Amino acid sequence: MTRDEIRDGLFRALTQVAPEADVSRIRPNVRLRDQLDIDSMDLLNFVIGVHKEFKIEIPEADYPRLVTLDGWIDYVAKMKAQPQM
Amino acid sequence: MNAGKLLQWRKHVGDKVQRGDIIADVETDKADIEVEVFSTGMIEKILIQPGEKVPVGTVMALIREEGKPFASEAPAVRIEVGVSTAPIPPAVPQRPSVPPPTIETGARRLHISPVARKLADELGIDPGTISGTGPGGRVTLEDVQRAAHTRGAKLAEAAPELDRAARMRQAIGAAMARSKREIPHYYLSTTIDMSQAMAWLADANLKRSVEDRLVYGVLLVKAVALALLQFPELNGLWVEGKAIAKPEIHVGVAISLRGGGLVAPALHNTDRQSLSELMKSFRDLVQRARAGSLRSSELTDPTITVTSLGEQGVEAVFGVIYPPQVALVGFGKIVERPCVSEGQIVARPTLTATLSGDHRVSDGHRGGRFLAAVEKLLQEPGQL
Repeated sequence: MTRDEIRDGLFRALTQVAPEADVSRIRPNVRLRDQLDIDSMDLLNFVIGVHKEFKIEIPEADYPRLVTLDGWIDYVAKMKAQPQM
Repeated sequence: MNAGKLLQWRKHVGDKVQRGDIIADVETDKADIEVEVFSTGMIEKILIQPGEKVPVGTVMALIREEGKPFASEAPAVRIEVGVSTAPIPPAVPQRPSVPPPTIETGARRLHISPVARKLADELGIDPGTISGTGPGGRVTLEDVQRAAHTRGAKLAEAAPELDRAARMRQAIGAAMARSKREIPHYYLSTTIDMSQAMAWLADANLKRSVEDRLVYGVLLVKAVALALLQFPELNGLWVEGKAIAKPEIHVGVAISLRGGGLVAPALHNTDRQSLSELMKSFRDLVQRARAGSLRSSELTDPTITVTSLGEQGVEAVFGVIYPPQVALVGFGKIVERPCVSEGQIVARPTLTATLSGDHRVSDGHRGGRFLAAVEKLLQEPGQL
């Protein structure tokens, strides 16, 4: 899975949570919360969306690493590269 | 909210309806709402057409209840715009609380029923401008409703259309100004050690699938609901000069909307839902609030409001009570603070909880004990 494919999947999950978001304007290395005004409920819904989109488990302990778009892309790429249980 | 615009009917004349069915969609200043019915029967008559903007309280349709004959002598159930279980007092200074059944208007003596006069007062309509159709020209409830309907249509034509955000800000401003004018607020705060709650939550979420995970806000809401069982006077409304403690606990949760504004719909029977059920209800409510598909009962049923601004970096919230409610609980952000434990200074996650109370109903002594009960419940999160 390429980084572009992961980015597209993340954008699909994100627009489910924040339909009004202009994802083309998201800066990849800036906190998503600061750019999109999302709260913990939105974040949980986004995590659920990513889980469904990529069929990966996302432990709560990993949340602190998942704050920027680049962080999410790295994380999903790494999880997809691992053999799934 | 003081007016609503009917967007569409989902049911039509002759359709059977059951209690809880959604029969129409109405646009209000605060949100689009789904209008529910609270009886079972058949739609007998539609009185408002899509696109019409009418004041809250206007009868939209008549429902013939099951088992009752189609006959004019048996009144049908009325479905009103912005169905409200308790009237919110008008923003304008009120006329005498017990209005006389008749009033003098210049040379003629106006006959009006007390209930019609009350509705006219609530809607800000001068009864002298209404033509009465009752016996001897008496102004009836229907006459007031008709006048309100006409006035609403005229207002809708005359008033420049504000965008949703501006109308919502206007509605919030009116409600908060009324609250500050009429409710003698008192404010209390306490700092709660969240170590136990956060540790329990992390452990619980490890065992849950991603779709079943909890957010800490659910623990706070449940703790408030359970504490209210011990302090029922804080769970109620102030209506027509009297405190009414409500038997059901419907916590209204403040939800910010994208583009500005907020709503505080009810999590029904908050105290009786498990944390998992509450989380599911909460997620559903947030999504529907932001999508503009709340139900009328969710906007009118809250018996207390909980607001949390912790995620915005706020340390403590001293909120304005939403009338006719009599209390509001606020939560700030979780911050690590130095605490002394067994002679050692240790860092603990703490949170500031506040209570805005109505002095007509409770006082600082009871309010303080209520916050202490919330704190105690959060020290045993497994019992929530």
